[in-house]
Order: sequence, then structure tokens, then C-alpha cells
Amino acid sequence: MSRLAKLIQHKVAQSEKILSVFLTAGYPEPEATAEVVFRLEAAGVDFVELGIPFSDPIADGPTIQESSQQALDSGMTLPGALHLVENIRRHSELPIVLMGYLNPMLKYGLARLVDTAATAGVDGFIIPDLLPEASARIAPAFENATVGLNFLVSPNTAEDRIKKVAGMTRDFLYCVSVTGVSGARKSVSEETLAFLQRTRSWADGTPCFAGFGIASGKVAAEISRHCDGVIVGSAVIKLLAGGEPLHLKLNRVSDFIAELKASLKGVGHGH
Amino acid sequence: MPETYDKTPDQHGYYGAYGGKFVPEVLIPALDELEAAYLTAKSDPDFRSELDAVLKEYSGRPTPLTFAERLTQKLGGAKIYLKREDLNHTGAHKINNALGQILLAQRMGKKRIIAETGAGQHGVAVATVAAKLGLQCVVYMGVQDTQRQALNVFRMRLLGAEVRPVTTGSRTLKDAINEAIRDWVTNVADTFYLIGSVVGPHPYPQIVRDFQAVIGQETRRQFMARAGRLPDSVIACVGGGSNAMGMFYPFLQDKNVRLIGVEAGGLGVATDQHAATLSAGSVGVLHGAMSYLLQNEDGQVQEAHSISAGLDYPGVGPEHSFLKDAGRVEYYAVDDKEALEAFVLLSRTEGIIPALETAHAIAHLVTVVPGMPADESVVLCLSGRGDKDVHSVRERLDLDASGSTK
Repeated sequence: MSRLAKLIQHKVAQSEKILSVFLTAGYPEPEATAEVVFRLEAAGVDFVELGIPFSDPIADGPTIQESSQQALDSGMTLPGALHLVENIRRHSELPIVLMGYLNPMLKYGLARLVDTAATAGVDGFIIPDLLPEASARIAPAFENATVGLNFLVSPNTAEDRIKKVAGMTRDFLYCVSVTGVSGARKSVSEETLAFLQRTRSWADGTPCFAGFGIASGKVAAEISRHCDGVIVGSAVIKLLAGGEPLHLKLNRVSDFIAELKASLKGVGHGH
Repeated sequence: MPETYDKTPDQHGYYGAYGGKFVPEVLIPALDELEAAYLTAKSDPDFRSELDAVLKEYSGRPTPLTFAERLTQKLGGAKIYLKREDLNHTGAHKINNALGQILLAQRMGKKRIIAETGAGQHGVAVATVAAKLGLQCVVYMGVQDTQRQALNVFRMRLLGAEVRPVTTGSRTLKDAINEAIRDWVTNVADTFYLIGSVVGPHPYPQIVRDFQAVIGQETRRQFMARAGRLPDSVIACVGGGSNAMGMFYPFLQDKNVRLIGVEAGGLGVATDQHAATLSAGSVGVLHGAMSYLLQNEDGQVQEAHSISAGLDYPGVGPEHSFLKDAGRVEYYAVDDKEALEAFVLLSRTEGIIPALETAHAIAHLVTVVPGMPADESVVLCLSGRGDKDVHSVRERLDLDASGSTK
């Protein structure tokens, strides 16, 4: 059982919401990413998604696009991200999921990737441009690998498809909470809440994590009433942007995580 | 090697190993809706006759097949015929697809049209048909392209379209497509994404090919009426590959017809400054499809380079990748300098200023036609006219009063 599967099992049994943070590998600097991960862990984040930077991130808004470009410019690659996980694993057992677009993984070789990732200590993959059907056709390497693939669903995904994808995903369903690209949003709509509610009822026990647009404790609390956890990305990346010393940025990240944790604590395991 | 080449794509949108749908989940309902609407329209005689009518009365089809007498004499080999897509309304083959897709958008009840453009030819074609149908139109264009094709930006705005300069990534066509996809992801319910080439997720490569196939269908008919047989060779330039795919598709089963695609070699395929995706690229996924693309060893997509903004794209349509591997179509690359020489050559032998994109195919004719017997015939797809390029060519070509290059 992977670190991630154990974490989910434990949290669900305790009726606790999971808090995950997305972070671009190599951001804000290649040497700083591990430090950010340790700080996130210390602040109580349950698992992190490390983003593999890509030249053409079609599902991402400006914040993650810029962090991705900056990481690429400083030389971050998929092998670099795998090394990063290896290094983190010397000090931490925090579950880590790699999130990235398909092409760099294809170039690396999918069979080689699942092996290297398992050895490095990766706990899962999220590939926003690899649909379940395409995965079955071109990426069978993921099916029996110890490190599995987790799929995404959207507010416009049909009922039968959500049921099907829930059956195919490894550890959780990634619920993209808005029709749009990634990026911090101020409020949460009724549509988003309704989407999460129906997805959870159709997912038949598969844990549902909501991501895209979650930027405050208030939004996280509202959203998490209808799912098993939340994923925060752009809002944290924004706190890491700019030329200030890293320790000041990390303090702000810790404060923000504390706000999110406090908001999630009060949320019951509502259905 | 497959026995048939024209039974593509399969039901999942693949051309052999290429194509497919590599997109975020949010686009699946839109792609399914598009595919269903397209298949219904395709088998609806009313749709076909509506499209045929606008192609004829609005764009001026059929376009002529012109015998290039002086170019034939000059090169001294096979007879050269030009399929005159430059004589379409808006000056290029792009309008064939724009008209087809916008009629489809109208049938689907979509009120907002978005598109990407490189050179601006597709953007102008979309702005044109959107004006004709009274639909809202937003065109994404790399900021680098808005500068080298400033006049086309003005044309699109004149036609009532909103042109949004794209400042991300390499600021060219590739990034304009990324931005159009992001718009589509966000506004998917009411927006129709009118893709300009045989690229993107299924069913786009099929839809664009089918709407462009009118080029090859007319060419077959016209050449047959003229010569009582099919041409020996057919040649077209390839960026994303829509004029070539439209020209080649009706000939795929005619195994005696040699099909030749010409890519942009930029500063040379041995350099990293070119757009010769099929000649020098490798297989990967970009913009929703598996195909050849220009990428580095880490799978990051590389910037393409070509003198022609319309060929300046690091990807290529998946069906071209399939036809390359199957050996049905030969692909070659021509560099910037050769294209520029061919631009002048056609202007002076035939009185036709070709688009710089088309000039690449003409440059390849210069290489191969002298080796072809005089009783053979080759048809070149003259995909567009060169008015849009005159300004940028002028900066590279210094002509004195007698017309000689200095």
C-alpha cells in the first residue's frame, strides 16, 4: 500500500478532510522546492503534488504557467523532478504525486517512468491531458504499476462517465471544480458545490478531491463539505513569487496553510 | 503497409498510431457534441448543398487549374499545373474550412467563435465568415506574428473580430493555440473553436481535412477533363498540413499518383531553426493529438522557425504522420532562401505572386521537375497568394530599378 493510499484510508476513517498543495518542481528555485515541501509538511499539509514543468500547459492559468516557465528556464526537467523526490525522501515520508502533461513523460518512456518513480518514492500520477481511454491504449504501463494514475473529472462530465472514471482511477478522483483553467478564485459557485455533491454520490466511495480555484480558508471550508479533500495550487505559488528572501515567503505559506487547516477542521464529514 | 489509406480515422480518432484525443476532461463533452453534429451534417444533403452554395457564390469555387507554361519551359521537365486556391475569397485555401466549420457552428447554435492564427490567413478567413454570419469572433495571435503580419491584424479588426495578442511562451502560432484552448476550456458551453489546420484533438483533423478535400476533388475532376487521366505527381506545402491534406486525400487510393509534401526548412534542417516536423521531428503529443513534433530531449516543445509565418509551427497533422510512416506521401524540406527564390521565380514566370508558404512547394518543384519526363504532369497546390508577404519580402529582397536583385 502506498503512502498515499494509507493516508487516504486513515483520514477517511477519522472523518478528516485532506489538504493537498500543488507546487511546481523547481519553483521558486530548483534548490528551494524541497525546503518548501518540508515547510508544507510541518504546517500540516497531507500530501503534495509536484508539477512537472511543460512548455505548453494548456490547462493552466497565468500563475502556474509563469511558475512552469520559470522552472524550465532554471533547468528543471522530469528527471530533475524525480531526483527531487529522491532527495525529499531522505527526510520525509509525505506522500508525493507527480502532476504533469503527457509529452515529457512519453519522451522519458512510460515503462521506465513508472519504475523510476516507484524507486524514487513517488506515490501517484496526475496527467491532465491523458484521458482514461487514451491511457488504456497508449499507457498500459500505469495499470499494474505500484505508482498509479489518478484521473480528473469536470463539472460537465456526465454521470456514466464519472462512474466509469471513478472505477478506473487509482487512489482518488481529481474534481476540477470549475470549467476553466487553474488559478485562484475569490468565491465558490452553487454549480461547483452541486457538481461536487453529485460526483461524490456517483463515485461510489472513491475519494473525491477538489482542485482549481481554491484560494482561501472560507472557500476551502465550503467546498470540503462536499468532498474528501481540497487541492490548493495557484494561491500558494503566488505566495512564493517575487524577489523576497525565501524564509519570509515560507512564513507566509505557513500562515496560509494554518488558515486552511483551521477552516477544514470545523467541517464535518457531510454527505 | 496498409491496403487502404482513406478509411481514416478509426472510431476513436486514430490514424494508425497517431491522432486521438489528448485533452483535459472538460473538453470531452464539447468534442463529443462536435463529432455528433459533424457526422449528422456530413450525411445531410441540405448541409452539403448549403456549403456548396457558399463555396461557389461567396468564395468563387471551383478555383481554376492553370497550366504554368513558362515555368514548365523554364524547368524543362514535367508539365506543371497550378491549383489556384489563391483565387479564393480572402486569398487562400483557409476559407474552405472556415466556411464549413462556421456553418457547423451555426447548426450547433454556437454564438461565439474563437480561432488561432499564425500568418493571419486563417484568422482573416474566420473573421470574414463570422462577419458574414453575424457571429462574435475572437482571434488569438502570437504577439510576434501580430508584428510581422500587422496588416492582417488590421484586416481582422476591420471585419469586426477581436484580435487578442498572445504574450506567453514563444509568442507564435503554438502559443496562440494554447490560449485558444484555454479560452475554449473556460467558455466551452457557448463557444465554437474553429481550428484552422488538420491538427488538434479528434474530430478536428478529420473535419478540416474533409472541408479541404474540395481542393483535391476539383483537381481530380479538372485534370481528368483536361488530360483524360490523373496527374503523375501532386505537391503541396505542409505546416499544420491542411492544404496538403485537402489536396492529397482524394488521391490516397490512386497508388500511381506520387504525393509530395514540402515542409519549411528554415535556416536548414541540420540547425535548430526550422519547422520541418516530419523530416526532422520525433513522435509526441501536442495540442491534443499524437503526431510528429519538434521537441528537445526532455519532451519540451521547441520553437519552430520559418520565413513563412504560416508554416512556423512545431507540430503537424496526425494524418500526415500516418502517411509518412506508411510511405504513401514523401516529405521534403526547403529552406528560407530557396523559398524566397521560388517566390520571385513564380512571380516572374507566371505573373502570380505566391504566398511564402506555397513558395516552399514551388522551390521543391525546381529540384524535382527537371528530372521528370516531359510527358508527365505535376499539380502544385497554390495554396495562397503572396500579397500578405510582399512587405516582409521587401525587407529581405533589394530590387533595383531594372528589377534585378542586388
